Amino acid sequence: MKKCINRMSLAFPAASENEAFARAAASSFITLADPYINELAELKTAVSEAVTNCVVHAYRGMSTGMIYMDIKLFSDRTVYIKIRDKGCGIADIGQAMQPLFTTAPEEERAGLGFAVMESFTDRLRVRSSCGSGTVLVMEKALQEKMLDDDQRDISDKSGRKLGACSPVR
Amino acid sequence: MVTLKLNEQTLVACLSGDIDHHTASSMRTEIDRAVRSSPINRLVLDFSQVSFMDSSGIGLVMGRYKLISELGGVCEVADPPPYIAKVMKLSGIERLCEITFHNSRSCHTDGEMKV
Ligand SMILES: Nc1ncnc2c1ncn2[C@@H]1O[C@H](COP(=O)(O)OP(=O)(O)O)[C@@H](O)[C@H]1O
Ligand SMILES: [Mg+2]
Repeated sequence: MKKCINRMSLAFPAASENEAFARAAASSFITLADPYINELAELKTAVSEAVTNCVVHAYRGMSTGMIYMDIKLFSDRTVYIKIRDKGCGIADIGQAMQPLFTTAPEEERAGLGFAVMESFTDRLRVRSSCGSGTVLVMEKALQEKMLDDDQRDISDKSGRKLGACSPVR
Repeated sequence: MVTLKLNEQTLVACLSGDIDHHTASSMRTEIDRAVRSSPINRLVLDFSQVSFMDSSGIGLVMGRYKLISELGGVCEVADPPPYIAKVMKLSGIERLCEITFHNSRSCHTDGEMKV
């Protein structure tokens, strides 16, 4: 059965310098689940897209607003990421998710944020209501970690046991 | 960060660090200033030193492609790390800018241009 084994919550203002902060925070938490480097890079990118959308779009025309990020790690190696804002909301989610659709072309937004989030996670759900904000949930199952040959060599040479790791192929 | 190198009619912009919405705007300003003030027909965006990029980087490439096209030149993306190449592939940007891979283009060689 799938069980939540660790979780974190953060709230921070929708300021552009917090895009790097959100990535770093998400990445350091998800690292606890021992992901492969490419899985971590993909999740970092997905988080960056979601947080950037809150910074760029959600609070447009408003003085300020907060971004809420929750991450959970499950026993089956699923990573669950929820990113939420209390901004303007999205009127037409289907249209917003179309690749290349953007409401801010003059700011050089590429309209590919949702496409990146979809391709770098296993599941993306969006809920939004005009005037009260947007909730985005992304899930990704991390691969089972195998001891690769390099690690085995190191352990053999140092004579160190690598403990109760998953079996080698 | 952007380091610019002018070599005949080619301007090479070596980008380094993270490219996101926060950092892209100053990169854009620096590159555009150099493009507008040099007689070039080719802009190379060197991604070899880029540590992170989201779709803001695609916006950055598309915008520079537009500018250099208006000026009658071509745009090229050089040496994106594998995972950044994946984001580029997703965007279809290679239809606008050729993506090239060299083994050891260095962003730190001489010929640096202060703009
Ligand atoms: N959190 C949000 N709040 C309000 N609008 C949003 C939000 N996220 C996305 N959008 C809308 O969806 C569109 C598409 O988003 P995205 O695919 O990330 O492209 P981009 O950010 O480059 O415009 C945005 O242009 C914006 O209109
Ligand atoms: Mg976006």
